[in-house]
Amino acid sequence: MCLAIPAKVISVNGETALVSIEDVEYTASLLLLDDVNPGDFIMLHAGFAIQKVDADEAAETLQLLQEEVKNRPGETAL
Amino acid sequence: MKYIDEYRKKDLILSISEKLKSVSTKEIVLMEVCGGHTMAIHRFGLPSLLPATIRLISGPGCPVCVSPQYFIDKALAFSRIPNVIVTTYGDLIRVPGSTTSLEKERANRSDIRIIYSVLEALTIAKNNPGKSIVFLGIGFETTAPLTAAAILEARKENITNFFVYSAHKIMPPVMKALVEEGVKIDGFIAPGHVSAITGTAIYDNLASECGLGVVVSGFEPVDMMQSILMLTSQIEAGTPKVEVQYQRVVKTNGNKTAQHLLAEVFETRDDSWRGLGVIKESGLKIRKHLSTFDAEQHFEVRVPESFEPKGCICGLILRGLKTPVDCSLFGKKCTPADPVGACMVSGEGTCATYYKYRS
Repeated sequence: MCLAIPAKVISVNGETALVSIEDVEYTASLLLLDDVNPGDFIMLHAGFAIQKVDADEAAETLQLLQEEVKNRPGETAL
Repeated sequence: MKYIDEYRKKDLILSISEKLKSVSTKEIVLMEVCGGHTMAIHRFGLPSLLPATIRLISGPGCPVCVSPQYFIDKALAFSRIPNVIVTTYGDLIRVPGSTTSLEKERANRSDIRIIYSVLEALTIAKNNPGKSIVFLGIGFETTAPLTAAAILEARKENITNFFVYSAHKIMPPVMKALVEEGVKIDGFIAPGHVSAITGTAIYDNLASECGLGVVVSGFEPVDMMQSILMLTSQIEAGTPKVEVQYQRVVKTNGNKTAQHLLAEVFETRDDSWRGLGVIKESGLKIRKHLSTFDAEQHFEVRVPESFEPKGCICGLILRGLKTPVDCSLFGKKCTPADPVGACMVSGEGTCATYYKYRS
């Protein structure tokens, strides 16, 4: 029910955006999210963009995790 | 697929699994309270990657499952009013009420339509000026702002034949209620998309007052395994706190626009949860100034006394006290094709998930 899927914003038209998931296009309402631009990724939930995906945070979390699990067991706590 | 594939990498998942086995010494119970998490845990077989010390249990995270029998029975009553079109998200239609379901009622003669977005209900209202459209509002903080936005759009566009029957609920009171009831939980895997709206402050007192670890998690297997590692590390170190694993989507302050819409349209009320009874201030009621959109204010219906299906232990499963395999109906009298209880209906219900992915 609370399922939301990352979708790429293709264009913005007032209160809606055209978004793409695996090359399939959907319309996303922007009533809940401001400052959306083409190229952004948003989380699409039941026809609404509910939050942006932060590319920097995504990269950093993955990198930190990869470093963490490379350490010897117990060496570093997350 | 971006932001999905990189969180399904097998070698990374196995590395986290190894790490967990090396850091976990205490026997702990972690509860997830989101149906999306329940699905991910079983779909990707995560319990088999955990040390024997870590046990995962499912809580009341599926909106279809926690909506009480009375809600279904009242929705059925709305559907029998002449010139009413009931609109609903898909799963709800198959939940057995006390005597029938929306699906069966639709086969009779009621006009009941499945929609993907609440905005479709507004379009149906505009296209059918002679009819009244009742939208069945279920879901937690992720979904309730969408309903709020639709109500405000209806007001803006002067649509007077759109009504919401709200069974929207919020998570913090039920999480606290489970702890107070004495369900053994050491930490919560907190719902990612609820938190994308609310931010993280709603969990603060679970950590500070109840001494529980809380990690807000994403929905891919790497996300979930990392969250379990973060919780385990917290508990091992004796430092329970609120942390966010799902940082690419969840901000500390959440989505302020959505929070404002929620506050403008809804106020909290005591609400009934399947299997858990009435929990104080856990439901969302449409505020008085928007009562013209409130189906409960607009229509008067008589609802016969509701009763739970015999032998169904959905309530105990929703509280994490039993698992589906403890139920004598599971997989025999109760299957996804012919469900007895709500937890077998929704794709993210604990029983349906166990049924689909059981080995």
